[in-house]
Amino acid sequence: MKKLASTLPNMILSLGAVTIIAGSILGSVYTVTKEPIARQEAAQQQQAIADVAPSFDNNPESDKWETTIDGNTFTVYPAYKDGKLAGAAVKGSTMNGFAGEIVVMCGFEADGTVKDYRVLRQAETPGLGTKMEAWFRDPTGARSVIGKNPENTSFNVTKDSGGQIDGITAATISSRAFLETMRNAFEAFKSYKNSESSKK
Amino acid sequence: MKNYWKILYNGIVPSNPVFVLLLGMCATLGTTSSAYNGMMMGIATAAVLLCSNVVISLVKNLVPDKVRIPAFIVIIASFVTVLQLVVNAWLPSLNASLGIFIPLIVVNCILLGRAEAFASKNGVFASFLDGLGTGIGFTLALVLLGGTREILGTGKIFGAEIFPEDYGMLLFVLAPGAFIALGYLIAIVNKLRKTC
Repeated sequence: MKKLASTLPNMILSLGAVTIIAGSILGSVYTVTKEPIARQEAAQQQQAIADVAPSFDNNPESDKWETTIDGNTFTVYPAYKDGKLAGAAVKGSTMNGFAGEIVVMCGFEADGTVKDYRVLRQAETPGLGTKMEAWFRDPTGARSVIGKNPENTSFNVTKDSGGQIDGITAATISSRAFLETMRNAFEAFKSYKNSESSKK
Repeated sequence: MKNYWKILYNGIVPSNPVFVLLLGMCATLGTTSSAYNGMMMGIATAAVLLCSNVVISLVKNLVPDKVRIPAFIVIIASFVTVLQLVVNAWLPSLNASLGIFIPLIVVNCILLGRAEAFASKNGVFASFLDGLGTGIGFTLALVLLGGTREILGTGKIFGAEIFPEDYGMLLFVLAPGAFIALGYLIAIVNKLRKTC
């Protein structure tokens, strides 16, 4: 077949056809994938909650409670077992990292002891700040935050006065941001407990 | 048949997109902080390149010359978006490792380069092979660069430790190291190509 000549109607028709076809393909793929994508995101969130919170028999997502600390929204997903508060997963974020937003799901026992955490989103420097997912659970030295309670342990890097957690080598800004999110998540969990006990 | 091998081979060594054509530098430098990341970016790009090469070679006669570039870009961008949505929806584990690289493919000039230089002038099967060869060449180059940076920077390759991390030169994981490593690799590859 001969190549179409570059006349104005040809160009308009051809480019129009290409964009219409591409647009309709994109539209239909978007419609088809919309629901599975939403399901995946919900499943990921559920997985993160189940990973960090103590075992529960309620639905933490329907019992969620939100608060704002320093302009960031912290969502508390309380975990109840046999009607008693067993702890919570708290999703919080900060913009004080080295690059972009850091979103962490922090898990607490009922008394505020850190059970586990998952870094859900971060864009820190590869090889430095990106180590946060593994670093703050490493039992070496004072790196780990797991099993510590922000009530009696200072969740600041040891470089800063009074800090009791070792920051990531060469990534102090990322470490500070991560610990700040943990501290705020703990505050959010405390205010959730207060609001619940005042209800009773 | 010999001709087809030549097309395939051409994209891997004689006109390797990274080391010889110096195309797609943004994605190359940005995503090769480790060998694994480089491999993932390479595979994602190769997949889109294959599809776009085939489709562009199919429609090449229906698109007048003066509007070919916008038409090609629409085709490439559509493939990237479709790939992203599909991976997002049905391949969550792949999405976790590949997700951030997929949108970067649109700005990769290798795709437009191959569309313009090859697929718009050749048949479907030849374009398919060209896409495959260029994709393999790009992936190999990214793994090589990512591996070099990972070894020098962290002492690991594909996450397996070779020497303790404390002796690594962190610079190579960061952006300046990408330029330095790429420069030396281009020099070495070109020297080897000339001698053999």
